[in-house]
Amino acid sequence: MDKFTTLTGIAAPMPLVNIDTDMIIPKQFLKTIKRSGLGVNLFDEMRYDREGREIPDFVLNKPAYRDAQILIAGDNFGCGSSREHAPWALLDFGIRCVISTSFADIFFNNCFKNGILPVVLPQAAVDALMEDAERGANARITVDLETQTVTASDGTSHAFEVDAFRKHCLMNGLDDIGLTMEKAPAIDRFEDGMAQARPWI
Amino acid sequence: MTIPAAAAPRTLYDKIWDAHVVDRQEDGTCLLYIDRHLVHEVTSPQAFEGLRMTGRTVRAPERTIAVPDHNVPTTLDRQQGIDNEESRIQVDALDRNAREFGVHYYPVTDIRQGIVHIVGPEQGWTLPGMTVVCGDSHTATHGAFGALAHGIGTSEVEHVLATQTLIQGKSKNMKVEITGRLAPGVTAKDIVLRIIAETGTAGGTGHVIEYCGEAIRNLSMEGRMTICNMAIEGGARAGLIAPDEVTFAYVQGRPHAPKGAQWEAAIAWWKTLFSDDGAQFDKVLTIRAEDIAPTVTWGTSPEDALPITALVPAPESFAGGKVDAARRSLDYMGLTAGTPLTQIAIDAVFIGSCTNGRIEDLRAAAEVLRGRKLAPGVRGMVVPGSGLVRAQAEEEGLDAVFLEAGFEWRLAGCSMCLGMNPDQLKPGERCAATSNRNFEGRQGYKGRTHLMSPAMAAAAGVTGRLTDIREFAKEPA
Repeated sequence: MDKFTTLTGIAAPMPLVNIDTDMIIPKQFLKTIKRSGLGVNLFDEMRYDREGREIPDFVLNKPAYRDAQILIAGDNFGCGSSREHAPWALLDFGIRCVISTSFADIFFNNCFKNGILPVVLPQAAVDALMEDAERGANARITVDLETQTVTASDGTSHAFEVDAFRKHCLMNGLDDIGLTMEKAPAIDRFEDGMAQARPWI
Repeated sequence: MTIPAAAAPRTLYDKIWDAHVVDRQEDGTCLLYIDRHLVHEVTSPQAFEGLRMTGRTVRAPERTIAVPDHNVPTTLDRQQGIDNEESRIQVDALDRNAREFGVHYYPVTDIRQGIVHIVGPEQGWTLPGMTVVCGDSHTATHGAFGALAHGIGTSEVEHVLATQTLIQGKSKNMKVEITGRLAPGVTAKDIVLRIIAETGTAGGTGHVIEYCGEAIRNLSMEGRMTICNMAIEGGARAGLIAPDEVTFAYVQGRPHAPKGAQWEAAIAWWKTLFSDDGAQFDKVLTIRAEDIAPTVTWGTSPEDALPITALVPAPESFAGGKVDAARRSLDYMGLTAGTPLTQIAIDAVFIGSCTNGRIEDLRAAAEVLRGRKLAPGVRGMVVPGSGLVRAQAEEEGLDAVFLEAGFEWRLAGCSMCLGMNPDQLKPGERCAATSNRNFEGRQGYKGRTHLMSPAMAAAAGVTGRLTDIREFAKEPA
């Protein structure tokens, strides 16, 4: 997993609420057995018509946002299906950070496993950043995980919260599984205890 | 094992959580032991590949159960293979991975194959007090047994395969109580749609919901699974219902349920799995069962649910970002504000899914359809949740009822709930569906989904429009 420390980039505004993971990456692209290559189909049904032509109005098709690395999104981003293909598609497109007032739990979790930082900010801050993002390439937003701040193009800074452990893993690009395997003795002990207490499991 | 603190009253969620903590870090992040890991073909190939690339193995193959469900054709000729190459590769990959890593496996050819969330309970893999995960958001279903069950992403699937644990922060506790008794024609599906309409799709975010109250207690296990299945549509990763005699009766005798002395020991522990008096909930919602009507969705989010007697709402009646979302929904759904829901004509009926693909659901639909036919121009599909549900339905003669009514009688799988196989709506087609999501494109590109109970979906098939089952039931067949 790539480290995430700071990121300065163009932010694409997507004010729609309840953007679900079916929208982020529709089912027909879940048939892959790889993690890569999904960026071209990110938001597929909003981004292309039935003939595969780009829909010019869609934000990521606009020249100003084609290189966006940040999304500013409406409430409850990433709801629905647990498909990790959603963060894979975002990452493959080049999005490393999503900012919203709230995220669905599973999507939120999946982001951290893929080097994407989901940032929760209050409505007023998201509204301000959304407005900033509307200015396209003229507005560059900086996300600093170390100091836990998002800074708009006018220098206004917004502080955000992040779990200490998740921050540590993201900043160092750590592999969860490796860390947990170091705790194998504790897992062994737990299983021994369980064999006594709940042998039917 | 962690010894639970004796004094403080705990919720059901607290108790199951405490019984599974392997390790707790300073910041509160825990390592949680996973008792059952369910695996399907869509969200697992990258996880198994990850194990291979790192030379890791499956730590507890005996706790891991694999079954293909999302991609499998549901047509009777499916033993001849899968036409779509990508789907075939994915199902073949599961087959290879299951055998190579030695996990329990129900291939397409096995009568026990079906939707993973129907197979788990049916085979007795799901038991009260367990932790159950799967790379699938509808894992919440298993909460009906008083098991802590939730969906995970593929990275976490790999983590559970390798370590049999999950890194977790504890969620908050939410209680949803349904008091009193349901009116005739009102089902578990109507309860859960009503709950989501009240909480919104983010109302349960960060929480585990415990469903309780007389109306919940009176539900069968099938009904309870319908409720917990859609906990995720309300934003909660997990729903829970405390186990009771109904649960124990369902579990007893299932192939992987405990037997003999172990059964007695298990029951003794299961009977301690309830929220203590005075246990603290961070959020509480109470709904009177008698206030719940047969409910359908009108939009493209499960929170867009209303009594069947209502009108299509005006976007302006909402607040904030929902105004634009509702406008977009009505446009997508091809609906006009002010239209009575009962005037909405449909093109298709889908009966099945992990929400409503169990035997009780098929019985409810068949009862409505007995002696009746699909309206002209409406196509209908019944997809049992598992091969065993299908066999049971056939033993009861339900297949004949569906076929005589003009429905297709399919083999088990996820099917048109998400249309990863060829079972899809055509652009613009409108479907009365017993599944769980009415998202844009969910059942097929530009397809339009209205969620409802099996009886309501069957009635809509007969009249050709969304129908109040209470009115329909008055008409002779």
